Amino acid sequence: MTDGARFGARRTARPDVVIVGAGIVGAACALALAREQLDVQIVDASFAGSGSTAAAMGHLVVMDDTPAQLALTSFSRGLWDRMADELPAGCEYEMRGTVWVAGNDEEMEAARAKQAVYAAHGVASSLVDAAELARMEPALRPGLAGALSVPGDGVLYPPNAARWCIERAVALGAVVRERCEAVALSRGAVRVRAAGGVEESISAGAIVIAAGIDAPRLVPELPIVPRKGHLVITDRYPGLCHAQLVELGYLRSAHGLSGESVAFNVQPRATGQLLIGSSRQLAGRDGAIDDVVLGAMVRRATSFLPALARCDVVRVWTGFRPATPDGLPLIGRWHAEPGVWIAAGHEGLGITTAPGTAALIAADLVGRAPPIDPAPYDPGRPMRPASDATPEEHACRAT
Amino acid sequence: MPRDVTVTVDGRRISAPEGSTLASAMLGAEVTHFRTSVTGAPRAPVCGMGVCFECRVTVDGRPHQRSCLIPCTDGMRVETSPNEIGAWAPPPDAVHESRSCDVAVVGGGPAGIAAAVAASAAGARVIVIDQGMRPGGQIWRHRDPAALPKAARNWLARLGEKGGGAPPEWLARSTVFDARVGEDIVLRLTGEGARGCGAVRARRVVLATGARELLLPFDGWTLPGVLALGGAQALLKGGMVVRGKRAVVAGSGPLLLPVAAALSRAGARVMFVAEQAPIAQAAAFAAGLWSHPAKLWQAAAYGASLRGATVRFGTWVRSAEGDQGRVARVRLTNGRRAWTVPCDLLCASYGFVPAVELARLMGCDVERGRVAVDALQRTTVPNVWCAGEPTGVAGEAAALVEGRIAGLDAAGDEARARSARLQRARDGWRRFGERLTDAFRPRDEVRRLASDSTVVCRCEDVRRESLDPSWSVRQAKLYTRITMGPCQGMVCGAACTSLFGWSPGTVRPPVGGTEVARLG
Ligand SMILES: Cc1cc2nc3c(=O)[nH]c(=O)nc-3n(C[C@H](O)[C@H](O)[C@H](O)COP(=O)(O)OP(=O)(O)OC[C@H]3O[C@@H](n4cnc5c(N)ncnc54)[C@H](O)[C@@H]3O)c2cc1C
Ligand code: FES
Repeated sequence: MTDGARFGARRTARPDVVIVGAGIVGAACALALAREQLDVQIVDASFAGSGSTAAAMGHLVVMDDTPAQLALTSFSRGLWDRMADELPAGCEYEMRGTVWVAGNDEEMEAARAKQAVYAAHGVASSLVDAAELARMEPALRPGLAGALSVPGDGVLYPPNAARWCIERAVALGAVVRERCEAVALSRGAVRVRAAGGVEESISAGAIVIAAGIDAPRLVPELPIVPRKGHLVITDRYPGLCHAQLVELGYLRSAHGLSGESVAFNVQPRATGQLLIGSSRQLAGRDGAIDDVVLGAMVRRATSFLPALARCDVVRVWTGFRPATPDGLPLIGRWHAEPGVWIAAGHEGLGITTAPGTAALIAADLVGRAPPIDPAPYDPGRPMRPASDATPEEHACRAT
Repeated sequence: MPRDVTVTVDGRRISAPEGSTLASAMLGAEVTHFRTSVTGAPRAPVCGMGVCFECRVTVDGRPHQRSCLIPCTDGMRVETSPNEIGAWAPPPDAVHESRSCDVAVVGGGPAGIAAAVAASAAGARVIVIDQGMRPGGQIWRHRDPAALPKAARNWLARLGEKGGGAPPEWLARSTVFDARVGEDIVLRLTGEGARGCGAVRARRVVLATGARELLLPFDGWTLPGVLALGGAQALLKGGMVVRGKRAVVAGSGPLLLPVAAALSRAGARVMFVAEQAPIAQAAAFAAGLWSHPAKLWQAAAYGASLRGATVRFGTWVRSAEGDQGRVARVRLTNGRRAWTVPCDLLCASYGFVPAVELARLMGCDVERGRVAVDALQRTTVPNVWCAGEPTGVAGEAAALVEGRIAGLDAAGDEARARSARLQRARDGWRRFGERLTDAFRPRDEVRRLASDSTVVCRCEDVRRESLDPSWSVRQAKLYTRITMGPCQGMVCGAACTSLFGWSPGTVRPPVGGTEVARLG
């Protein structure tokens, strides 16, 4: 431990760590830090898993938009996989695999490039030709060029995954305070307001800001903006598709931070329901359903999976991804304020990358060597928009 | 006499009079297992009106269809284990057409019909949108028109008449799943009847969405053969056969006796009628009926047709048990002792819950579960009126008056809507509604019957033990999926309010669900 932070007896008035936010990221941090025998308190303005985590699809997916993204997603996916046996049924963890669908020969080229990148990083994947794709996923429209299949990707139910992390951390001695909002930071302490309006100041060896889209309320310099997404869930149609189906064009859609985009992204849930995504737009914090964007998203999905059109919808909702200008999360020490660490800004990958984030924070707090190179996620790094990526990063992209 | 049609259920041919609902026809043919719950339990129809989603079957290859909303047609193919998608597909493009009118009325029960008739007589172009096959709502729809009370027959006849303008246009088997309030109001539709018309654009809207029954969970309430009171009535009207069956009728409110009488007329043996309200409370209510003599006559007539059945006040269902996947016995109690009554049918529900989802979606204020309206039935949202049960449960006469006022005012005839006669009648029925609600309010014991292992959410099989009363409804929903099933909490939401005091969650389109294609 560094910076003079003191880590003493457990459950004291001055805990080793206070984590602000019990979304998937804060929850994973709480579990990792409790496993390090630290005295952890976690506060959430609402309840565990209530923020972006509540809205997410729960696709555990290796993405290769940049080398740093690839490193964090593949490391994290491995951590989820190792936890798989412990996860209770309510987390609905399944190793469904991802099938990246190529609409034409050009996209099939991109699939090949993607496969080479994955292979170089030890991520198993295989190219699938048109006939094989039709056999694997017969509900896809005919005439597709093929796909890249990534069998190790998974699916889970995010709110319960966050809740499980919190419950495990509590079993190891962590203290969780829900309906307790952090209102200000000052010199190694965080001021919190509990449900009845009672305020108190908790000083701690380390304060980890895992407040998702609300992180800038506590640390205004953080370049995090809410990026809205729509999701649709259907009634139960088990067997309509088997793997999570995503168009290769998804990367194009997920990339950059401006404009609206939709992409075909359908996930078969353990319940037999189908979760239909995805859309991206900057709309402030207006969570209303946007018919135009939703309509475009649904038409995109049914164009790939025609049988979807006939399925009954049970619910539609929106959520906000905590987005950063360069598409990478902010993980690590916040140098402007001693004793403060950031774990926020995970955009559309926070469910996947929560355990990796937690491992990086834990290693830093206990003074162990980081499991992967932390530099690209340094919250104080100079930000440039993802659209001016280096040529090397471009080569990394699938489209 | 209606001719018979033949339907194939899991390969077995059954026949039913034309016009029967599929659910009723299947029940009449002794089908007891309609769908399999998410944890593998058999389920069968409960509400008979499209709310509970327990009667879902696969119809001509299309899974998850509510058989209580579907008329039997010759050659229909039905499977009772809905899962994979068959050959069904919506006809292309139809869903994008829309129609315009001056006044759109949502709901074709007494309130909606009265509103439509009044508005069209005042010269407005009117469209009525209703989920059912025929006009009349839960109360009039299923009956043989000749058997309806005269007032109802008159209203239905007037629905087809030219008033000041064209007669109201009737859109059957259509459900509003989304509404956008702008300069015009756009109502987006789903359902079989909405094939030719995906939306209605209206200057003004009258919401007459009615109510649904309050179902409270007890051990065994998910067994096939356990129905809501109005559900039993609707299924009987739809052709359900109960001859020779032993029935117990329980719960609360003025539906108890008519349902018991209807079952008895249809040949069932009514073993027991249990009203949970204490006799003193119910008697005080009945004494207050002197101003509504017709109601007193009705009650006396029902009583007469029930000779032989035991009728008890202050008595309620504690639990039900089944044999071979259907109800076989019910445990009744009066709080001092409990006893068992054998039965093949148990009808139990506890009054009504106003259907306010659409009003909430449109932004109307809702107070104590009722849409807030002024003397002209105007809601807090301009150009939106509300009439009948959503503004407070008070029965068909209240609905007729309120519908009339709303229809007149929506068509621009404020003067007549304000007339002393209508306003007096409205106020009288509203007071009646308040007294009704008070007299039959479920007692605490009834509201908390669920044991740890009772399924509270029928759609997702969430048991009482997995719910923490200190949670908010949103927390419960995210952690357990309660209220996230196809009925969208229309059944378990009210149960949660009773059990835990949770307020209803947010309303989002598609209200009541729709097909994916209609979102595109
Ligand atoms: C539509 C959609 C689909 C997605 N799909 C996926 C997917 O398939 N796979 C994937 O990996 N990711 C997905 N994501 C992204 C994922 O949801 C987020 O990256 C992730 O949830 C971020 O987690 P978090 O813990 O940082 O934020 P949150 O879950 O928002 O948690 C932050 C918590 O902090 C609390 N908080 C905020 N401020 C304070 C304060 N001052 N005091 C106390 N508490 C506070 C909040 O109440 C909240 O609980 C998706 C997101 C969306 C919107
Ligand atoms: S009973 Fe239908 S969602 Fe709970």
